[in-house]
Amino acid sequence: MAFRSAVVTFPGSNCDRDLAVALEKVSGEPTIRVWHGDAELPERLDFIALPGGFSYGDYLRCGAMAARSPIVRAVVEAANKGVPVLGICNGFQVLTESGLLPGALLRNAQLKFVCRTVPLEVANSQSLFTAGYEQGATIMLPVAHHDGNYFADEATLDRLEGEGRVAFRYGDNCNGSQRAIAGVLNQAGNVLGMMPHPERAIEPELGGTDGRALFESAVKALVAA
Amino acid sequence: MKVRVFVSLKPGVLDPQGRAVHHALEGLGFGGVEDVRVGRMIELEVADSTSDEALREMCEKLLANMVIENYRIEKLETA
Repeated sequence: MAFRSAVVTFPGSNCDRDLAVALEKVSGEPTIRVWHGDAELPERLDFIALPGGFSYGDYLRCGAMAARSPIVRAVVEAANKGVPVLGICNGFQVLTESGLLPGALLRNAQLKFVCRTVPLEVANSQSLFTAGYEQGATIMLPVAHHDGNYFADEATLDRLEGEGRVAFRYGDNCNGSQRAIAGVLNQAGNVLGMMPHPERAIEPELGGTDGRALFESAVKALVAA
Repeated sequence: MKVRVFVSLKPGVLDPQGRAVHHALEGLGFGGVEDVRVGRMIELEVADSTSDEALREMCEKLLANMVIENYRIEKLETA
């Protein structure tokens, strides 16, 4: 069955094309581009991705305006029905602001924009998105953000860890995140938010391929389903 | 009516901006500054009939992120 994925573009998104290309390269199918002003998503989607960037100029709080846009209401509805949703960087901020994922992303603890390739530990290799990695493996992915400092209260952090919902952890905690969390899953396991950019690491010519397995895992799981 | 909403980080949530401002104040030679927290003030002009309930809802649905922030509503009488 053909893999039908969509990437949502907000005003200020800047990783939307890379994300669409990554999905196309891995799945061999075209990615549908959805504009933020659309009220509805295309039908029968297998996968929805929210890209990085600075949606709505980061007004009010990163991701806050996008999370209240009509298209994200449709994404929340789809996610609650079980459609896999991946949010990267600003997409992760949108997912926490929309309530699909717990916690919030604060200004980096050292106040600096961090832009480099960092080591990540695969903390859960059982999910739809991470099944292509070895449990505990260290992978290298680029990060590029000013507000990636993951915060949640202690009870939420304990729950996330207890339920295996921490997908990735920083090897060097580049932004001061609580418990070095770089990516979290929702309870059902069909929503993943992460600050690092797997879509920027799918070609050796561009510095690495450690992000490819994430898209491959999802495509494999969904095409087989 | 004019309404002011003050949004601040909850106690215990790290405020790196506040810390940097604190540091800068000390750099300017101001002593005795114990702590600095940076927040945001939002001014709204709303219909006089707007209920407290509606104002609270505006704060909790958009103006503040209840995971990390508290809010305080201040109503100013129409001038």
